[in-house]
Amino acid sequence: MSLDMFLQHLANGISLGGLYALIAVGYTMVYGILRLINFAHGDIFMMAAYMAFYGVALFHLPWYVSFAVTIGLTAIMGVVVERVAYRPLRDAPRISALISAIGVSLLLQNVGIVAFGGRPKAFPRPALFALEWKFGEIRVLSLTLFIILITLLILVGVFYLVYRTKIGRAMRAVSWDFGIAGLMGIDFNRVVALTFAIGSALAAAGSIMWGMKFPQLLPLMGVVPGLKCFIAAVLGGIGSIPGAMLGGFLLGVGEIMIVAFFPTLAGYKYAFAYLALILILLLRPAGLLGRIVEQKA
Amino acid sequence: MSKHAPRMLTAVSLVTFFLLLVWAEGNLDPYLRRILNLIAINVIWAVTFNLIYGYTGQFSLGHAGFIAIGAYTAALLTLPLAQKEQNFFLTPLISPLNTIELPFLPSLIGAALLAGVAGILIGIPSLQLRGDYMALVTLGFSEVIRVIFMNLQSLTNGSLGLKGIPGHTNLLWSWGCAILTIFIIRKLASSSYGRAFKAIREDEIAAETTGISLFNHKLMAFAIAALFTGLGGGLMANLISTVDPNLFSFVLSYQVVTVTVLGGVGSLTGSVLASAIYVSLFELLRPIDQPMTLGGITIPGRPGMRMVMFSIVFLVVILFYRRGLMGTSEFSWRWLLSKLERLFGRERQEA
Repeated sequence: MSLDMFLQHLANGISLGGLYALIAVGYTMVYGILRLINFAHGDIFMMAAYMAFYGVALFHLPWYVSFAVTIGLTAIMGVVVERVAYRPLRDAPRISALISAIGVSLLLQNVGIVAFGGRPKAFPRPALFALEWKFGEIRVLSLTLFIILITLLILVGVFYLVYRTKIGRAMRAVSWDFGIAGLMGIDFNRVVALTFAIGSALAAAGSIMWGMKFPQLLPLMGVVPGLKCFIAAVLGGIGSIPGAMLGGFLLGVGEIMIVAFFPTLAGYKYAFAYLALILILLLRPAGLLGRIVEQKA
Repeated sequence: MSKHAPRMLTAVSLVTFFLLLVWAEGNLDPYLRRILNLIAINVIWAVTFNLIYGYTGQFSLGHAGFIAIGAYTAALLTLPLAQKEQNFFLTPLISPLNTIELPFLPSLIGAALLAGVAGILIGIPSLQLRGDYMALVTLGFSEVIRVIFMNLQSLTNGSLGLKGIPGHTNLLWSWGCAILTIFIIRKLASSSYGRAFKAIREDEIAAETTGISLFNHKLMAFAIAALFTGLGGGLMANLISTVDPNLFSFVLSYQVVTVTVLGGVGSLTGSVLASAIYVSLFELLRPIDQPMTLGGITIPGRPGMRMVMFSIVFLVVILFYRRGLMGTSEFSWRWLLSKLERLFGRERQEA
């Protein structure tokens, strides 16, 4: 493989990894605070893609307006899902909330099937993102570079929010120990709602870029990225935001590279993420950057 | 009530039930029989999930994988040789399998045993983990199984699937297997092993300090559940007569979880009732997928509407009736008789 080819694959891998990272951060934030695998995260991602699509196709909004509205609405949707399906189960055994998350995921998927139909929809790709840029011998779609750039900007923003602001400190406190955090006067429910809002907004941003990268919308499109990004979050250490970012990039680059180097294994591409998950959980359950957390019963 | 009376009642009702099945097999139309068969298969899966989660407290999302192993094993063993050649037109089936065609019983046993072995192999690593981590890893294994089946062209025919599997499954087979599964798991649950399972569910540390080997017991429950799950898979393959890898995605595992939760986690009676309700509700709701006319207004049918209804029911149950239909209680003759007594006793007083 020539260096040019390698660099091209690398750019592809990083842009895919960036999208994984955006979604993985949503998983990890929710898990860090509620110790809940939000199985519905992938389906919120799917809903966001359709919202952005209909904003442009049905309401004829300019793409930037549609995308911004989508991010806002998706954040609200995340908060609503938490309020309706997870908050009532806060005192129940942890598995109950997990089962409820499975229920929400099923509901969103099926609402998607009924409302949007099973026929794939073509996501719009604004001209700005469809340019082809040449760097020497390497050809890159402008979208690929934009994805990397935007993802990095968003991730820096998340870092700033979580590690440099007051509400971020509250989130970290709650994820350490929500009981004590409550005693310190932190409003637990507000922090949880905010976490869901941010996580869902990130998923929406990821979803829009995903839609432009793979412009085919289906009601079940959130399932596979959802699971993979959860794996990315576990890979990096669930509950750790830098870990989720690292996991996302590793998974994205790894997937592209494996197919690039071993084309015969392409059929097993999907299984690699799972094998990585199984290995990491058995060898280092805390993930690459995670801290060992005692499981709360 | 005398000590032997419940056992007698059980025997009598079992005989009656089987006579009814024989009658149903001969007299009901294929559609109804298919529904009854599906109920029995769902009973098997829900009951085995109950063994892992309800009794032993380990949340597994790997049922689809074991079902797939059972279904493919039974399918490959029962497929007539001519059908095999027709199915595997891209790449021929590998050597020992392309010359054998077994009757149903040995095929089912093979399906169950292979799934049981897979249960041991998957259980050994997965059961090291707890809670949702274990759920994820089992889900991962089941998806890996599906992807492997999708790609092993010369063994499973890949994504083309297998067609023309003989329809050996009838009501006697399916309900026979379901009752056998219930019976064995019930026996197991009331044995010392079963008490150890429940101790593990309640408190792992406390159970360990009383000398219960956590790992051995968890593995035992997991492998036995996998074994019967595979049996159910074999029955399913020979009922629906075509299988392909996408049937066995994790959605199938979700379905098993749903049925069990609906019935009440920890209650086998609940699992049976919930399977019956789930399968029949799914059929009864079929009309809402089609257009209907209500008072002169035609509501266009939307395929998938019943899945939406179903998901809502599922969410309502988990949010508001977390105990499910039965909670953890089981059906017993004593309970039924005391109910009847109270009912008729009151009537006598009124008269």
